[in-house]
Amino acid sequence: MIERFLVWLGETPWSIALLESLWVWPLVESTHVLTLGLFVGTTVMMDLRLLGIAFRKVPITAFTGRLLPWTHIGFIIMTVTGLLLFYSQPLRYYHNLFFRVKVLVLLLAGANVAIFHNGVHRHAAEWDRDASPPRAARIAGAVSLAVWTVVVVTGRLIAYNWFDCDIQPQPAWVNWMAGCPVPLR
Amino acid sequence: MIDFFRWCESTPIGRAIADSIWAFPILEAVHLLGLCMLGGALLVVDLRLLGVGLTGQPPARLARYARPWLVASVIVMVLTGVPLFLSEAIKAYYNTAFWVKMCTLPVALTFTFAVRERVARRATEDPGVVGRIVGAVSLALWFTVAAAGRWIGFS
Repeated sequence: MIERFLVWLGETPWSIALLESLWVWPLVESTHVLTLGLFVGTTVMMDLRLLGIAFRKVPITAFTGRLLPWTHIGFIIMTVTGLLLFYSQPLRYYHNLFFRVKVLVLLLAGANVAIFHNGVHRHAAEWDRDASPPRAARIAGAVSLAVWTVVVVTGRLIAYNWFDCDIQPQPAWVNWMAGCPVPLR
Repeated sequence: MIDFFRWCESTPIGRAIADSIWAFPILEAVHLLGLCMLGGALLVVDLRLLGVGLTGQPPARLARYARPWLVASVIVMVLTGVPLFLSEAIKAYYNTAFWVKMCTLPVALTFTFAVRERVARRATEDPGVVGRIVGAVSLALWFTVAAAGRWIGFS
């Protein structure tokens, strides 16, 4: 079901044009990579503040109020360019081990953001100027650093076909995780 | 000149990375992680100099806090970038994007640590026109370095 949709998606004229374009694909990919500096960069600075490692005299609400809009801009650019890159080769990425790990960890990253903003950040006024924020906030910062590191590394490794379905033989767990339809023997 | 690049590629480190399946991708991934931190450490201060972002905080304070992370990320970039270069020095020699990056990088580094550092450290209140210009030049220089760096892989 999903596979048939992705095959269809990859055969749409715009998908083929994007993949084969001399300039557009590299420009989209470069925008995706360079926006890391904005999106993950501003996220990392806020994480360091949450951990109480850096910016200890800068209130948390300065970060969540004034720097976060820039993180959001970064997130929108990452999402749009990321979806375009997926659209250029949907089936290949769907069966790419690193892509699958990246998407799973992205979900974890999203859950961490939701837990932080609906949890300890609701009472941010009480610990706004604490050099070392409460435990829940420090955990959110540490989890954020860890998950975004994994997202960046797996994202970069998507480019490599080491575990692709047409490269066989592979260990059974690799074929299972990559969802390879017919593991060759 | 090309002889120097040939020698670079023939160094044991260059050979080992070129012969390994994992070394280049892992160095590249760490280079990217360095880019993330570099971007963050630069933007926190540059956005403030431009009059946006963490307004309400003195630029001098932000620059003081960001500096160790800026220095650390530059070190990570060099420690991963040099081995990446050694593994494909001859390709780099014939690559326009590589030369654009290598010409812009010293300018960006000098500007950041000589000019921007001084302007940011002195700015306890609104950095004004000078601050805005310095913030914009800093972002433009580093954007060029990063974009040219990415383009090395495409050409």
